[in-house]
Amino acid sequence: MNIVVCVKQVIDPEAPPSTFKIDAASNKAEMHGVPPVIDPYGEYAVEASLKVKEAKGGKITVICLGNNLSREVVKKPLAMGADELILLEDEAYVGGDSWSTATALAAAIKKMGEYDLILCGREASDTNSGQTGPGIAEILGLPCVTIARKIDITGSASRVERVTSDGYDVMEVPIPAVITVSNEIGEPRYPTIKGIMTAKKIEPVVWKPDDMGIDSSRVGAAGQRTRLNKLFQPVHEGKCEMAEGDSAEEAAVNLALKLREAKIF
Amino acid sequence: MAEHKGIAVYCEVKGDKILPIAAEGLGAGRKLADDLGQELSAVLVGSNIGSLAQQAITYGADRAYVVDDPLLKDYQTDAYVSVMEKVIKQVMPQVLIMGQTDSGRDLAPRLAFRFGIAVTMDCVDLAIDPESKRLLQTKPVYGGNAQAVFTSEADPQMVTIRTKAMTALEPDASRKGEITNITADLQASDIRTKILDRVVEEVAGIKIEDAEVVVAGGRGIGSTEGFQQLEELAKLLKGAMGASRPPCDNGWVPDTIQVGLTGKIIAPELYVAIAISGSSQHMSGCSGSKTIIAINKDPEANIFRQARFGVVGDWKKVLPAFTEKVRGLLAS
Ligand SMILES: Cc1cc2nc3c(=O)[nH]c(=O)nc-3n(C[C@H](O)[C@H](O)[C@H](O)COP(=O)(O)OP(=O)(O)OC[C@H]3O[C@@H](n4cnc5c(N)ncnc54)[C@H](O)[C@@H]3O)c2cc1C
Ligand SMILES: Nc1ncnc2c1ncn2[C@@H]1O[C@H](COP(=O)(O)O)[C@@H](O)[C@H]1O
Repeated sequence: MNIVVCVKQVIDPEAPPSTFKIDAASNKAEMHGVPPVIDPYGEYAVEASLKVKEAKGGKITVICLGNNLSREVVKKPLAMGADELILLEDEAYVGGDSWSTATALAAAIKKMGEYDLILCGREASDTNSGQTGPGIAEILGLPCVTIARKIDITGSASRVERVTSDGYDVMEVPIPAVITVSNEIGEPRYPTIKGIMTAKKIEPVVWKPDDMGIDSSRVGAAGQRTRLNKLFQPVHEGKCEMAEGDSAEEAAVNLALKLREAKIF
Repeated sequence: MAEHKGIAVYCEVKGDKILPIAAEGLGAGRKLADDLGQELSAVLVGSNIGSLAQQAITYGADRAYVVDDPLLKDYQTDAYVSVMEKVIKQVMPQVLIMGQTDSGRDLAPRLAFRFGIAVTMDCVDLAIDPESKRLLQTKPVYGGNAQAVFTSEADPQMVTIRTKAMTALEPDASRKGEITNITADLQASDIRTKILDRVVEEVAGIKIEDAEVVVAGGRGIGSTEGFQQLEELAKLLKGAMGASRPPCDNGWVPDTIQVGLTGKIIAPELYVAIAISGSSQHMSGCSGSKTIIAINKDPEANIFRQARFGVVGDWKKVLPAFTEKVRGLLAS
C-alpha cells in the first residue's frame, strides 16, 4: 500500500475567536500570538492512513504545500507514524486557490508515481472549501469518495463509509482512489517520544514547480481561477442580558422568568 | 465558441419534491437573473422526476432541463458529473448555483475541475457587481471567523449555497416555462463506485432541522447521562436535542445531531446552548437562530457574545432549576 496524505499548515482554528485578526492591507488572517498548526482535517487524514497501514502494511508519504513552513509543525505527521515528507515549498506557491493548490499537489503525486490511496481532509480549517481532494481526483482521473468515516482495503478496492446528514453510505471504490476524511474516523493519535525522535531524523524532500515539470504560472496566485476581492470580519452586535442570582439555582429561575416575560416560550 | 448566458440552478430532488435548498437557489438565482436581464434555468437530475420540473418553474425558473434515467436513481459521483457536464455544455450558463448538501459537496468541486475552474463553496450571499457584471461570491472562511468575497475568472461562475442563507420565492402555480429533456447517455460501467448500503440513523422525536426549539450541549456536559437532562428540557419545550462536535466524537450522542459548519445548519426560534464555548465553527450552524440562550460556567466564553440571554454557572446546578421553573410556568 502506497498511501499519500495531503496536509496543510494553517493558523490555529481552535484558538479563541478573540485572537483572530485580519490585516486589511494584505487581506490576510492571523491568530494573534498563537502558533500555526497542522490543518485538523488533514490530521484526521493522517490518522486514517495510519489505520490503513496498520491493517495492510505499506508506506505513508505526506505532502504539504506552502511557503516558510515550520518544520516542527509539518513534521507532526511523521511523529505520528508517517514515513516520508515532501514539501512543495516556494514563493511561487503563495496565494493560490483550490485550483492552483490541487494542480500542484496532483503534479507532485504524479511525479511520485506509485500510489494506491490519496487522502485529504474533508475541508481545510481556513478555506472551508473541500475542493482539493475531488480536484486532485479529477486531474488524475481517479474515483473519489468524500467525507469518509471508515476506510477498509479489500483486495483491489476500498470499502468506505461516507458520512451523510442522516447516517452513512457504505461505498465500494476501486483503488487507486482519492478519499477525503472526516472527524468520525477517530481522534488523531498523539506522537510518541519515539515517533518524535524518528521524525527529527527524517529530512523532508523539497520540490519546486520546476522539479515537477510544471510552469510557475500554473501555481500559487498566478494559477488561480478564483480571486479574493475582500476579507472581512462579520460583526456581532448582540448584547447578552445575564440572569443573576445569589445562587446558580436562583439565576436559573430568573432566566426562566426573563424568557417568559420576553414571550420566548 | 458559444457565449455563456443566464443563470442555472441545479435543483436537487428528494422523493416527489425539489429540496428546500433548491427553492432557495432559485430565489437567489431569480434576483441575479433579473439584475442581468437574463433567464433563469433549473436543472433536475434523477430517476422518475419528470413531474418535478413544473415545481422548479413555480419557484421562479423560466425554463427547466430534465435528465431522467434509472441509472440516476441514487447520487453517484461519476454518473452525476458526467450528466451535469453534458447539461452545462448545452445550457452554457454564466452562473451555476448548487446546494451545499451531502451530494452538492461532492458534485460541485468535481464538476468545476472538469471545466477547468474552481467553485466557491458554501456561499451566504450572492450579488452582481454593478461595474464588472461578475458574480460577487461571499462565503465564510476560517470557520466563520471571517467572510471572503470571491470572483471567478471564467464562466460558468460556480457556487454552492448554504442552507437557509437565501430566501425562496412564494411558489406561483400560474408560472409557465419551457421544459426540455436531455438524455443521460450513461452506461452502468461508467460508474466506478458502488453503493453497498445506506444506513439511516433514526432519531426519535422531532428532527433537529425541523425543530423550533433546540437544546444543545457541548463538551462540558461530560456524558450520555448528562444529555438525558438536556433531552428532558427539549421534550418539555417540544423541541429537539443538538450538540457541538465533541459530544458526537465521544459517542455521548449520535453524529447526526451535530450542529455547525460540518454538521447541521439550523435556524430555530430558540437555541439553548449549554456548556458550549461558542467556537466560530459551531456558531456557523446556529447563528441564524432567532434567540440564543447560553449556560456556561466561564463568563468569558465566546457564546455570550452571540447569546441574547445567559447564565454564568455550572449547568448541573442551573439546568435542573431552570427546567423545573419552565415546567411550572408552562403549567400556569
Ligand atoms: C474545519 C472545522 C470544522 C468544525 N466543525 C464543527 C461543527 O460543525 N460543530 C462543532 O460544534 N464544532 C466544529 N468544529 C470544532 C470546533 O472548532 C470546536 O472544537 C468545538 O465546537 C468545541 O465544542 P465545545 O464548545 O462543546 O467544547 P469546548 O470548546 O471545550 O467548550 C466547552 C465549554 O463548556 C463549558 N463548561 C465546562 N463544564 C461546564 C459546567 N459544568 N457548567 C457549565 N459550563 C461548563 C466551558 O466553560 C466551555 O466553554 C470544527 C472544527 C474545524 C477545524
Ligand atoms: N496547501 C496544501 N498542502 C497540502 N494539502 C492541502 C493543501 N491545501 C489543501 N490540502 C488538503 O486538502 C484538504 C481540503 O482543503 P480545501 O479544499 O482547501 O478545503 C485539506 O484538509 C488537506 O488535506
